[in-house]
Amino acid sequence: MARILQLTLNGRARTDAVADNVLLLDYLREIVGLTGTKTGCDGGECGACTVLVDDKPRLSCLTLAGAVEGRRVDTIESLARDGHLSAVQRGFHEKLGSQCGYCTPGYIMASAGLLRRNPKPSEDDIREALGSNICRCTGYVKIIEAVKHAAALCATGLTP
Amino acid sequence: MNEILPAHNIGSYVPMVDGPEKVSGRAKYTADLIVPGMLAGRIFRSPYSHAEILEVDVSEAAKLPGVKAIVTGADCDKTFGVLPVARTEHVLARERVRYRGEPVAAVAAIDDATAKEAVRRIKLKVRELPGYYTARQAMTPEALGIHEHRPHNLERDVLFELGNVETAFAAADLVREGVYNCAEVCQNQMEMHAALADYDAVRDRITVHASTQVPYYVHLMLAQTLDMDMSRIRVIKPHVGGGFGCRTETLNVELIAALLARKAGGCVRIAVTREETFITHRGRPETDIRLKMGMRNDGRITGVECECIQRGGAHSGYGIVTILYAGSMLYAIYDLDNVKYIGKRVLTNTPPCGAFRGHGTVDVRFAFESLVDEMAQALALDPFAVRRANLLRAPAFTQNDLMVNSYGLPECLDWVERESGWKARRGKLPNGKGLGMACSHYISGASKPVNWTGEPHATVKLKLDFDGSIVLLTGAAEIGQGSSTVLVQSVAEVLGLDLSRIRIVSGDSDVVPKDNGSYSSRVTFMVGNAAIDAAQNLKAVLIAAAARKLDAKASEIECLGELYRAGAQDKGLTFNEVVTEALKDSGTITVTGNYSTIPESHGGKKYRGAAIGGTMGYSYSAQVVEVSVDEETGVVSVDKVWVAHDCGKALNRLTVEGQVQGSVWMGMGQAMSEEAAYHDGLMLTANMLDYRVPTIQDSPPIEVGIVESVDPHGPFGAKEAGEGSLAAFLPALTNAIADATGLRFNNLPVTPDRVFAAIEKRARGR
Repeated sequence: MARILQLTLNGRARTDAVADNVLLLDYLREIVGLTGTKTGCDGGECGACTVLVDDKPRLSCLTLAGAVEGRRVDTIESLARDGHLSAVQRGFHEKLGSQCGYCTPGYIMASAGLLRRNPKPSEDDIREALGSNICRCTGYVKIIEAVKHAAALCATGLTP
Repeated sequence: MNEILPAHNIGSYVPMVDGPEKVSGRAKYTADLIVPGMLAGRIFRSPYSHAEILEVDVSEAAKLPGVKAIVTGADCDKTFGVLPVARTEHVLARERVRYRGEPVAAVAAIDDATAKEAVRRIKLKVRELPGYYTARQAMTPEALGIHEHRPHNLERDVLFELGNVETAFAAADLVREGVYNCAEVCQNQMEMHAALADYDAVRDRITVHASTQVPYYVHLMLAQTLDMDMSRIRVIKPHVGGGFGCRTETLNVELIAALLARKAGGCVRIAVTREETFITHRGRPETDIRLKMGMRNDGRITGVECECIQRGGAHSGYGIVTILYAGSMLYAIYDLDNVKYIGKRVLTNTPPCGAFRGHGTVDVRFAFESLVDEMAQALALDPFAVRRANLLRAPAFTQNDLMVNSYGLPECLDWVERESGWKARRGKLPNGKGLGMACSHYISGASKPVNWTGEPHATVKLKLDFDGSIVLLTGAAEIGQGSSTVLVQSVAEVLGLDLSRIRIVSGDSDVVPKDNGSYSSRVTFMVGNAAIDAAQNLKAVLIAAAARKLDAKASEIECLGELYRAGAQDKGLTFNEVVTEALKDSGTITVTGNYSTIPESHGGKKYRGAAIGGTMGYSYSAQVVEVSVDEETGVVSVDKVWVAHDCGKALNRLTVEGQVQGSVWMGMGQAMSEEAAYHDGLMLTANMLDYRVPTIQDSPPIEVGIVESVDPHGPFGAKEAGEGSLAAFLPALTNAIADATGLRFNNLPVTPDRVFAAIEKRARGR
């Protein structure tokens, strides 16, 4: 069966006909065409598909599209302001929190979620917030530096 | 007015040139490519480890509405493989299946659900054969040959003795032997394998997008397996989500996608699952090592005997090269006079292994540095002193003819010893805490490419047009390691220009020159040198144009990047004015840069396969690892790592640090938790929860010291930075655990259960 799904996606109201069994991840990638959100595993193992639902990080591979009816969903494509990178995006770019880039959208959304609720996270806060994401390139050292840098940029007025 | 000076970037912290795409979600990976009307491909895989194929029945699948093409082994009788001497793998199994997960058939359908249902309807009828899941099982005399051309399942038997180890052991004050086992490990790169193939039936041409490290190999293997002229094939490498070696080889996925696309007369995308990526992983083989070493009281190593057995999996793959690296790379880190190596690469009914970061060197280095540590302890020598007693003196040729021109290992040792506070802290830490150290090294690209064609090892093109932008055209594969960034940096540095003047186009065979790809850490050294050559050639064209315009001699022209002038009093010409002048003769300017390795670097001939290990420059690494061991639970925590890496010259300190940290951490995964486990050939760990990768919560601070030995042949003096620091972590960890607990762990990974069992065993023995 299908349903009419209404949501606010990256700040825009949107209506789509979506089959009941479609995952939010596949809805975003295959139906809407927002491929910034990545598929990195077979379900709930890696965090690459993390998006924000009402500002809270959520694994879109474990979420049915129908479950975000009426919600606010933000993906990696929503963060830049007027074409400029957000604080977290700049942090990951400037501090090399991203190498191959495949896990990056998930990390950035999880970090954006962290900074939206806690603008001054400690290193332990960062480790906890990113504990269910996997990166295979960086060894995480520069990811932590990236989020710290992002928090410092937020303190100057940039949005996460 | 400010004085115009040439821009410099080498040696600074340069964020990646393709970073903005990656942090904004704009970077497209193969599975992100959506072509209207494309078909979804799915693969039917063998549920048997070893069986004779009686029938592949696709009739029920073919009846399903929406199925557009089905291919089986009957559709392709050509074989493929990375090594020209071992191209024996079928795209889809024919006659026999040799591991669980081997592709047998594939379907292209209008959507993924239809493809999935079609695969479910395929029936495989077989006569099961005995399966061999360990190297020892496969080597027994009565074992059936998994491949008919490899009796006793021996893919390659290596034996060499240089010097005389028996005499060397007789001259030693201490001779010890250790037995080591390293579990099979998987690259588990974040992007799962994917391919998109688009067949143009009108022109009989095919375009394949592949998540590969070597688009050129994909091109060759597509031609071979499709039986198509190479000129009809186009290979595009989009962004690639890591590789770590598994994507050096051409994989079944891209070849199957192409077969399906041709049969369906359209566009087919295959995006495999994480489970499928695991069960076809091409990782580091399970390795059994017996290592014997002689040492004098002063720490000098007299002789080394190493026996190494690798469980290679069901196909040849890289096997011959891997087992040769394991032997040849005993050398080129220390000064060794007497070495005997016995290597056996064995075919088994498990997934084919391949090249994994640190290819061939890692497990043997673990054994070597563990045994050195154990013997140092027995002789009451400091582990640093033992390494220092065995250093090479560059320039040198090793006993197996490997060329060492730059050698920063002594400085690496000094750095980690100092920064870790080794002298003050070792042996004085609280209970349960320990410090361990070890060293490792790696090549900066194999000096001889796999496919020896006589061409330069690397070629780069630069295009300069009326707009004053320089386009760098390269086949070097950016897979996240920063290959595009380092090439842009190199060209900008030579021309004295800001990085923003230069754009890079890589990974489209229609546009870029062929490249041997991203493997064995070759890009910075080989392609970097070619990029420098190209930039120098372009600079010569620009200087000639400026000289003409300024009515001066070329030798009088000063190139300041954005300004060319004849002497300090001259007002000079802007870069754009020089370009306009230069274009008058030729129109759009294209220049070529090449790089070829020198014959002295090609390795030796003292034994069969002695060329493996030859390179233009070796990187060196030393590490100190600090651990805490919880004796109640067996849990080992890594508190901190100090790593010094000799990369010749850090062209980009940011990416060098990132590569070194990533290498150390990947070594940590192998040492502490990662293991591909099987039950009768069925992988038990084919997901990221059972295949345990360290999380951010488990991972330590990794402090990087960059040592610059300035290699005489390296681009700006550089050598590799992305692999050489992996191997040292493994023994540095177990040496630290030995320091903390007095217990030595020769089997990897060192999981909490293994540590706990050893602690319990010792307690019972008391």
